Amino acid sequence: MENAIVSFQNVSKRYQLKDAVQHLSFDLPAGTVVGFIGPNGSGKTTTLKLMTGLLRPNSGQVLFQNNRVQRMMAEHIAYLSDTGAVYGFYTVRQMVNYYAGIYRDFDRDKAAAMLEFMQLDGTQPVRTLSKGNEGRLKIVLAVSRRAPLLVMDEPLSGLDPLVRGSILTGLISFIDLDFQTVVLSTHEVHEVEPLLDMAVLLDHGELRAMDYTDHIRETLGGGILEWMKQTLV
Amino acid sequence: MAGDFIPTQPIYLQLVQRICKQIVRGDLSAGEKLPSQRDMAIQVGVNPNTVQRVYTELERITVAETRRGQGTFVTRDEDRLLRLREELMGSYVAAFLGDMREMGFTLEEILRSFKECETLGLSHE
Repeated sequence: MENAIVSFQNVSKRYQLKDAVQHLSFDLPAGTVVGFIGPNGSGKTTTLKLMTGLLRPNSGQVLFQNNRVQRMMAEHIAYLSDTGAVYGFYTVRQMVNYYAGIYRDFDRDKAAAMLEFMQLDGTQPVRTLSKGNEGRLKIVLAVSRRAPLLVMDEPLSGLDPLVRGSILTGLISFIDLDFQTVVLSTHEVHEVEPLLDMAVLLDHGELRAMDYTDHIRETLGGGILEWMKQTLV
Repeated sequence: MAGDFIPTQPIYLQLVQRICKQIVRGDLSAGEKLPSQRDMAIQVGVNPNTVQRVYTELERITVAETRRGQGTFVTRDEDRLLRLREELMGSYVAAFLGDMREMGFTLEEILRSFKECETLGLSHE
């Protein structure tokens, strides 16, 4: 693919004796929003970690902008993990400052606008945030980076519908697809579908299907959930 | 977010139809500026790329035009807007007739039912 920002070439990753992902090959086009979906244990988190350089493949290669991914890529890839990433002893504003200190591409103006949009109080200690507001803060921290690749592992998991809605609206409002590509994994397939250009379906560590969401609807006459069910039968 | 989309049709097409309906209803008038791609994306809860596709499609069917650096506008061509009105009616009537035929109703029955509705005043609901 000519405009691929991420390219997996026959990538496999094993933990001890267990295969996490096997023979993954795909290209992700720049300037799109891509959703990784699949049952629990299908290899979504492993795939995203390989993409960001947090894990190294046992075989095959992962390319980011035509270069082999390494740990150093963190400078160009914003990653939101499904666990951790914020410190309870900071206030919200200190947490933002901490990120601004680490990442050169951190946009303080954007962070301020996003905090306001998410109705987060800068003076509140992180440890006293509700789960929903912690989820919102993590989105603010990841999306405020002007990184060409934004990778989010389950940004909606365990959050109530109102918080999920505000996170999705926040994403649409603050990402810039002119120079950014967004990759996220989710179980909230129906809710996230209007945001996706493309869906990638994993199962048992293998790539089962990938397609543009418009094309899925055109050819199948059904949404991603239907596509997932039909493919995994 | 107002993301009420049916899963059986591409989202961009549903948005094209939604905007065409707004034009026919008069909620959007000839020559009116459409929201920027980002604002539209936020309003309807979709990916900005999808809105780009919507505006490209509206241009292709000559219902809207994009002026460089200014944005996308509903066409001022009144003839085109009249035709849009007819096209919209045609597509809804065709879909309706398709459904009715599938259930086995004849055209006579359908017309009779139309007239009954008309006399009962239901058509103005």
